[in-house]
Amino acid sequence: MSITLGSTTGDDLTQWADVTRDNASLRRFLHGLPGVDQVGAEARAAALGTRSIKTTAKAWAIDAAISMVDLTTLEGSDTSGKVRSMCVRAMYPDPTDAAVPPVAAVCVYPDLVATAVAALRGSSVQIASVATAFPSGRAALATKLVDVGEAVSAGATEIDMVIDRGAFLAGRYLDVYDEIVAVKAASGTAHLKVILETGELVTLDAVRRASWLSLLAGGDFIKTSTGKITPAATPPFALVMLQAVRDFAARTGQLRGVKLAGGVRTSKDAIRYLVMVNEIAGERWLTPDLFRFGASALLNDLLLQRHKLTTGAYDGADYIALD
Amino acid sequence: MPTFEYAPAPESRDTARLKPSYGIFVDGKFVDGHGAAVKTINPASEEPLAEIAEASAEDVDIAVKAARRAYDRTWSRMPGAERAKYLFRIARAIQERGRELAVLESLDNGKPIKESRDVDIPLAAAHFFYYAGWADKLSYAGFGPDPQPIGVAGQVIPWNFPLLMAAWKIAPALATGNTVVLKPAETTPLTAITLADIIADCDLPPGVVNILPGGPSVGQAIVDHPGVDKIAFTGSTGVGKMIQKSVATSGKRVSLELGGKAANIIYDDAPIDQAVEGIVNGIFFNQGHVCCAGSRLLVQESVYDDVIAALHDRLATLRLGDPLDKNTDIGAINSAAQLARIQELAASGDAEGATRWSPECPLPNKGFWFPPTIFTGVSQANRIAREEIFGPVLSVLSFRTPQEAVDKANNTPYGLSAGVWTEKGSLILWTANRLRAGVVWANTFNRFDPASPFGGYKESGFGREGGRHGLESYLAY
Repeated sequence: MSITLGSTTGDDLTQWADVTRDNASLRRFLHGLPGVDQVGAEARAAALGTRSIKTTAKAWAIDAAISMVDLTTLEGSDTSGKVRSMCVRAMYPDPTDAAVPPVAAVCVYPDLVATAVAALRGSSVQIASVATAFPSGRAALATKLVDVGEAVSAGATEIDMVIDRGAFLAGRYLDVYDEIVAVKAASGTAHLKVILETGELVTLDAVRRASWLSLLAGGDFIKTSTGKITPAATPPFALVMLQAVRDFAARTGQLRGVKLAGGVRTSKDAIRYLVMVNEIAGERWLTPDLFRFGASALLNDLLLQRHKLTTGAYDGADYIALD
Repeated sequence: MPTFEYAPAPESRDTARLKPSYGIFVDGKFVDGHGAAVKTINPASEEPLAEIAEASAEDVDIAVKAARRAYDRTWSRMPGAERAKYLFRIARAIQERGRELAVLESLDNGKPIKESRDVDIPLAAAHFFYYAGWADKLSYAGFGPDPQPIGVAGQVIPWNFPLLMAAWKIAPALATGNTVVLKPAETTPLTAITLADIIADCDLPPGVVNILPGGPSVGQAIVDHPGVDKIAFTGSTGVGKMIQKSVATSGKRVSLELGGKAANIIYDDAPIDQAVEGIVNGIFFNQGHVCCAGSRLLVQESVYDDVIAALHDRLATLRLGDPLDKNTDIGAINSAAQLARIQELAASGDAEGATRWSPECPLPNKGFWFPPTIFTGVSQANRIAREEIFGPVLSVLSFRTPQEAVDKANNTPYGLSAGVWTEKGSLILWTANRLRAGVVWANTFNRFDPASPFGGYKESGFGREGGRHGLESYLAY
């Protein structure tokens, strides 16, 4: 399956030009969004978690989830060998069963993009790279843009950037916006995922505002977290971000994606999130073009559950490749 | 990629351990009632579930005498701490048999299993736990240093929350030292009889609780019986008025929890997504068979279009069908009679010029079903804005100012509940202070807790159930 993210140029967002004219306008717009009631949002997220997905629905959901995984390694100890090994798993998650789809992408640091490009040549698996001084985002804009440029020129087809949470929390929304616009430009044809780092924004109101800000600035995806901060992806955060892309599509006609990263480890969690995508954003979002899981351990559990469904028995963990 | 079709995920019907026939529970024993043998049916399929040997007026007399004996000889004299042990035991037994009770409730009532499993049964257990805690602390409840029980309580409950209403009635009565003669609704006797089974298993002294399924004549016999000291009724305002007349001059104490036509007020600064959930929960929870349902939606005109659009989208995701399927959101209407009433009132909405809307929603061929329905363009004068529909039908009105919202909300003979949605705390308090309703929910709806009192203003009844206030109806002080 070839993956093409919904294309956005930002050009057709001229109707929003006065919203992003200056910081005061942007602030008025973001603070004018309807509030999020924390208790109600948590209750809704929990209620969706009680859907019972069995048999054929479960089989569909597991394969869909596998095809939406951004298989990720973002450690200081990463090496070419580690990345090459992961790329093989990305292309052939289960070598014993050709019906298992490849994952959507691998996600690595910029210096390992070239390794991934070589390892994935000829496959449909995309190469995502974190950039912009990931994970803290604390560097000069010029440095961040160099980071992005290097990843893109090495062959990254997707860029996962982090927003400047310090600026966001201080109310300097236009600085955050301008930075995303600049990174988008530096990304060229690569698709841009904007990491909000929900665990540092904390409130659902802040996550809703950051989501809209990122979408207005041209992010193709909004992404929960770096995976380096706890809590990362949680159901209430996912709920609010899915509502944001749904509402953004209703107002602009543009489909943008959501990526949940960090904390999604089990098939059960993944299926609950697919239910949420289905019932909050809508079934149009149930595609790797518009929904991703950034994860490392999740793939193994999906494969274990897939075996269980087909054979009726659980395999031991040793029947699944470690990495 | 194909779409995400949820495969059927039904809870097993066997879990309900249905018996072919059930009797009545009098003086600690299960016996066949002297009334008619009546079949109770599954409203989702119209299939008979079991036969009930209903009670007669004669059985009521036997039960009241048994309750009196139990009151005089044991229950009213028992120390509160001892009564509490029984109540705790019942609460635990409800939890242990929770799955059975949930399936049974969904079979007999038609409500979705996710509601009976996650709301009805856990709350029923919670009420017993809560009032068990009060049983030995009545001297500190604010009703004088030594409040006393009243005697035999006659209790008549509705079909919308069969087990939960039984718990609301029985738990505070027992905690305060009263004994009980309870009549469940004619269409939904099964969980109440199973509760009798639990009570028998818990070795409650004979006669403390008597459960007598039957029709209106049994209810009338309980209300009229001279040996009954207190009447507690939940049901329609019409029947409530009849009860009031029957007991006038009898000296019996009465508490009535009757109908409602609650306003759910959405201010323009409301958290819209959560408000939409609250609207859905307010009127489509339990198919709208809820006396405190938020059946009148009052939306501030500046956000009217946004709210209605969001509501349409949300309704399109509701799943109507088999009540035992764990993914069902909307179950069956409880009876043919109730369905006819809903249809008649909805037709009056059409006739009086309101605009009806329902999501695309195929209805099963058998059973009693009504799709989730919204009427817009409703006037305060329309029948669907004034009469209790007791079904999944929402009437939408608009307002311009907070005062107008309050005026419209209060412009009803009912006054059971109301909802207020705004991010502004001061507006919540301003509004709540002016609403003539027993329960006002802020930024939520249809939330229940045993510690929170519940009851109405005006024609929604009087007396409070739940919380410390719920003790008062069962105490003399």
